[in-house]
Amino acid sequence: MESLDGYLDAILGTVRDVLPIAIILFGFQIFVLRRAVPNLKRVLVGFLYVLIGMVLFLEGLEQALFPLGRLMATQLTDPVFILGDAAVDHVLAWTDYGWVYLFAALIGFSTTIAEPSLIAVAIKAREVSGGSVGIWGLRVAVAIGVAVGVMLGTFRIVTGTPLHYYIIAGYIIVIIQTAFAPRIIVPLAYDSGGVTTSTVTVPLVTALGLGLASSVPGRSPILDGFGLIAFASLFPIMSVMVYAQLSEWYTRRRHDRGTGNE
Amino acid sequence: MWKQLAAFWRALRGSIRDLAPIILVIGFFQLVVLRQPVPDLTGLLTGTLLVVLGLTLFVRGLELGLFPIGETMAFSFARKGSLFWLLVFAFALGFGTTVAEPALIAVADEAASVAAEARVIDTSESAHNAYALGLRLTVALSVGVAIVLGVFRIIKGWPVHYLIMVGYLGVVVMTPLAPKEIIGIAYDSGGVTTSTITVPLVTALGVGLAMSIEGRNPMVDGFGLIAFASLTPIIFVLGYGMLF
Repeated sequence: MESLDGYLDAILGTVRDVLPIAIILFGFQIFVLRRAVPNLKRVLVGFLYVLIGMVLFLEGLEQALFPLGRLMATQLTDPVFILGDAAVDHVLAWTDYGWVYLFAALIGFSTTIAEPSLIAVAIKAREVSGGSVGIWGLRVAVAIGVAVGVMLGTFRIVTGTPLHYYIIAGYIIVIIQTAFAPRIIVPLAYDSGGVTTSTVTVPLVTALGLGLASSVPGRSPILDGFGLIAFASLFPIMSVMVYAQLSEWYTRRRHDRGTGNE
Repeated sequence: MWKQLAAFWRALRGSIRDLAPIILVIGFFQLVVLRQPVPDLTGLLTGTLLVVLGLTLFVRGLELGLFPIGETMAFSFARKGSLFWLLVFAFALGFGTTVAEPALIAVADEAASVAAEARVIDTSESAHNAYALGLRLTVALSVGVAIVLGVFRIIKGWPVHYLIMVGYLGVVVMTPLAPKEIIGIAYDSGGVTTSTITVPLVTALGVGLAMSIEGRNPMVDGFGLIAFASLTPIIFVLGYGMLF
């Protein structure tokens, strides 16, 4: 019975999510644009697929991965785990959190690969770029960015340095990169910052931040627990631009070599 | 029939590959690092099966429903030629999809607790709820403004990075002026606003608009809407923190 309640909650939540969007879309279509939706049946079937897909996806995550992931986040940040049974009066240094950094990076990477909205943007980007931006290339680039971002974010919580120094430094790097990156990738790179953090990433990363902030001495979950999402949405901008620059450089080199052989 | 089944199987395999990393990571930490048995293995397996099925259906529905309708509407608005209605639509889409976003509701609630703890507002329940609702409306408003601005940019063909840099400057200037407690929440609110259903729709809208306006490149001009939608909430929430 309990799991049935879970489904009901998930269905209600998703309907509440989709309903305003459906009202806006169809309202404008009917009252402002005043034309029938082409392939209406297909579109409605698509909406139904999205609805059912989201319900199953969220319910499955809630059943399988989230409880384990959240538990892991609290266990890994627990001083008892970090120190083993060793000296209780040992003061923890930032170097003692090795497993936490590794977990942060890996969970950032793997949740981003599974993120449905990133899949959507990657499909669109390949279509629009005529295949020069690959689905996997973009997704892996974004995932590496999130991994580095979340890892640095946990380091910040452990050391207690102010969030905005990191973010402002990040902004400066993004601006410098923008000047050198291929024009065509810049808007997509900026977009990928916002895309990465939704359904899968946010719950696990938030749990990690709050767990860490409540177990590191001197941190408050309220003041220091936030900020990981900000890291996770800033770093993909950089990694996608790096990916574009590398692939441009690679193509040019191959091209140069090709003409050199002739 | 067989053809459809084969296509479904291919899609399913794609979803399994998408989810393999997260399962490996959690498995590795549970078994190797924390050295604990997996509790409730059947629940884990059925849950994973649901996630795989759900992701497969979602991606299929994306191609059947969300992408086509986003693009069709962009084309129709371009043909209708009414800038006013296009911008009204852009605002409604941004505001409407954000105001009910569960992640935002959770963050707003959290922020109200922070504000109460820091004695910025009363500790009463009504003050808490009013603050949370105000914050939610602020973020929804900021996303509405972002999509309007982004659509206007596509029509004018302005380069996205100048506007983003102005936004960054706004964030940098406002951060030292805003109360310390709100900064983390403000920075995070940029990431949580764009939900899984909004992103494909907004992307399709931008790309569709850029394709239907002469002289616009869908790659250079079509993307960028999400970027605005994740930057304006930071500015608006910092502003909200300064005012209340």
